[in-house]
Amino acid sequence: MSGGVDSSVAASLLADAGHDVVGATLKLWGGASDSGCCSVADVDDARRVADEIGVAHHVFNFTDDFDASVVAPYVGDHSAGRTPNPCIECNRHIKFGTLLDRARRLGFDALATGHHAGVDGDTGRWRLRRGADRAKDQSYVLSMLTQAELSQVLLPVGVLTKAQVRAHAAERGLRTALKADSQDVCFIRSTEGRRGFLGDRLPLHAGEIVDSATGAVVGTVPAVELVTVGQRRGLGVTVDGRRLYALAVDVDARRVVVGGADAALSDRVGVCRPTWVDGPLETGARAVAQTSAHGPTALCTWLGDAVVFDEPHPLVAPGQTIALYDEDDNDTVTGSAVAA
Amino acid sequence: MATYLDHAATTPMRPEAVAAMLPHLTERFGNPSGSHAVARAARQAVDDARDAVAVALGCEPGEVVFTGGGTESDNLAVLGAHAASGGSVVCSAVEHHAVLLAARSLGGTTIPVDPAGVVDLDALSDALHPGVGVVSVMLANNEVGTIQPLADVVAVVRRRAPGAVVHTDAVAAVPWLDVATSAGPADLVSVSAHKFGGPKGVGVLVVRRGTRLGPVLHGGAQENGRRPGTHDVAGIVGTAAALTAAVAARPTEVPRVRALRDRLADGLRAAVDGLVETAGPVADGAGGAGKVAGSCHVLVPGVDQEELLLLADHAGVCASAGAACASGALEPSHVLLALGLSAAEARSAVRFSLGSTTTDADIDAALTVVPKVVEQLRA
Repeated sequence: MSGGVDSSVAASLLADAGHDVVGATLKLWGGASDSGCCSVADVDDARRVADEIGVAHHVFNFTDDFDASVVAPYVGDHSAGRTPNPCIECNRHIKFGTLLDRARRLGFDALATGHHAGVDGDTGRWRLRRGADRAKDQSYVLSMLTQAELSQVLLPVGVLTKAQVRAHAAERGLRTALKADSQDVCFIRSTEGRRGFLGDRLPLHAGEIVDSATGAVVGTVPAVELVTVGQRRGLGVTVDGRRLYALAVDVDARRVVVGGADAALSDRVGVCRPTWVDGPLETGARAVAQTSAHGPTALCTWLGDAVVFDEPHPLVAPGQTIALYDEDDNDTVTGSAVAA
Repeated sequence: MATYLDHAATTPMRPEAVAAMLPHLTERFGNPSGSHAVARAARQAVDDARDAVAVALGCEPGEVVFTGGGTESDNLAVLGAHAASGGSVVCSAVEHHAVLLAARSLGGTTIPVDPAGVVDLDALSDALHPGVGVVSVMLANNEVGTIQPLADVVAVVRRRAPGAVVHTDAVAAVPWLDVATSAGPADLVSVSAHKFGGPKGVGVLVVRRGTRLGPVLHGGAQENGRRPGTHDVAGIVGTAAALTAAVAARPTEVPRVRALRDRLADGLRAAVDGLVETAGPVADGAGGAGKVAGSCHVLVPGVDQEELLLLADHAGVCASAGAACASGALEPSHVLLALGLSAAEARSAVRFSLGSTTTDADIDAALTVVPKVVEQLRA
């Protein structure tokens, strides 16, 4: 229970259905924070919602695990010029790792969260599905889940639209009914931003911007580590009236390679760390890829160490997750991989 | 009914205290700072309470300052003594945060403790010099129960920093130790009513005659200006009643509770592989390097305290571990780290603390539930 409306309603629905529910809020970040799941006000909301629906509530201190499994890799990836998705790593290692392990040890049958996605298992094998509310669908950030987790995961709000979630919360008198959705990365304060956070934790290096077409140095960036492949905004580089995209980041060489819109598309992205909801895709299998939380989908072919898109696709920054969906059923997650 | 083994967090109010308070929550509502009959009646109640507290703590009535609790007493002691006399601040590494963070706010120095939690007198001596203005060493530790050699501490301070004011946080000691004697050498002594059967939100700071202490709060002339603010008459009356009762019960309660505690500790050790008592077993001799009678603090290797406490709680056994942050999450205990334990060891720590209402049945329940819980978590 993050203190938001989705997990409030998830707990409420399960308690009302007669399950023996215990609420847990994770303390993940010991440092300064102004949003997400870590602030005291959010814990207060979670505890009071638990009171309102009549279930016990506990706070688990996972700050050490979070630091080791999410924050340190986040910093390390940036120092290597990659752009990780810390929310996915938190889901992978903390919520559906450390927390699920704890839930099992404590004797619980299932772990429920407020994610907008679906788990179903008519056949005894578990499927991970998009949420009913397409605009709020969070199957992308859960795409790394496998049978081992899904067999013990409940996503009760995944069948509802966000409006229905809020309506349920209001009807049930839950204080989080009108609470704004959380945004951004929970451990980064809006006042310091990514730059301030990373600047405190690793040396940031100025670098040159090189035009891929001519090899010419066309500008500089204050911090190579903060440039994301595919990024256009904020680079401040135009050549012959063309707005240029970051095509590659080389931290060691202190260099960002840029190019035009055509160069910022590719039909292939190398991948690593694949995970499968229910067994791997065979090399050459067809799939539907989604490369950001709410981005468009793209037909592709799975090659084991790469994804090949049918049509040229915007560059996927190294470290970003690619969720794979069933070719015939774009609502069912097949697996995930991380752009290499 | 839950098995309550968290008396070091708070202990039920003594019936004497509740009975003494009730009239002051109802018909005897006066403000003791006034001069009319209603006010004078309240004033008398506060004065009577002050007399009783002075007897129990071995001081003069004029040396008793009523405060808003143990944390306030500790802050008033450290900040107030520093405000009056200046100088640097020294405290042990295992102080309650009320002392530790107050001292830190003044740039204070902390003195290490040995693995049993006893302050290192040589290190203390080395840290002291005539420029030290305040030294604070607790009488008994609130987490692991270790009793500090306060008389030795004070002797070292008088020799090495003759101008320093010595404060002792006796909050965790009152039910178990004769504070009048064992805190006798200190200039300032903090106690908290809800740790000995009084109400929450009332504390006492004993300020020995001649000890310079500036106010931390500014306002009226109550408590000789040392702690302004309208007296919590009911709370003060309840504090005195509870303290009088606790002191009277001590000669029979300490051996009774110690026997229960030993049965709990022995039973847990026998039933749970690898379980050890933190800071060693209890040694005899109050005032020496022993532990208070109600404290049973253990390390359960391979078990996370959050998980053990949750399952014990759900099975009806209330215990605790360390300090919680604002969110309610447990933090690695600075006390355990100061004893030389690793962060992982500190996360395996659980505190059972006994009190005046603890019975054999409570120990039976804990000895049934805890080994079962540990077995589940280790499976």
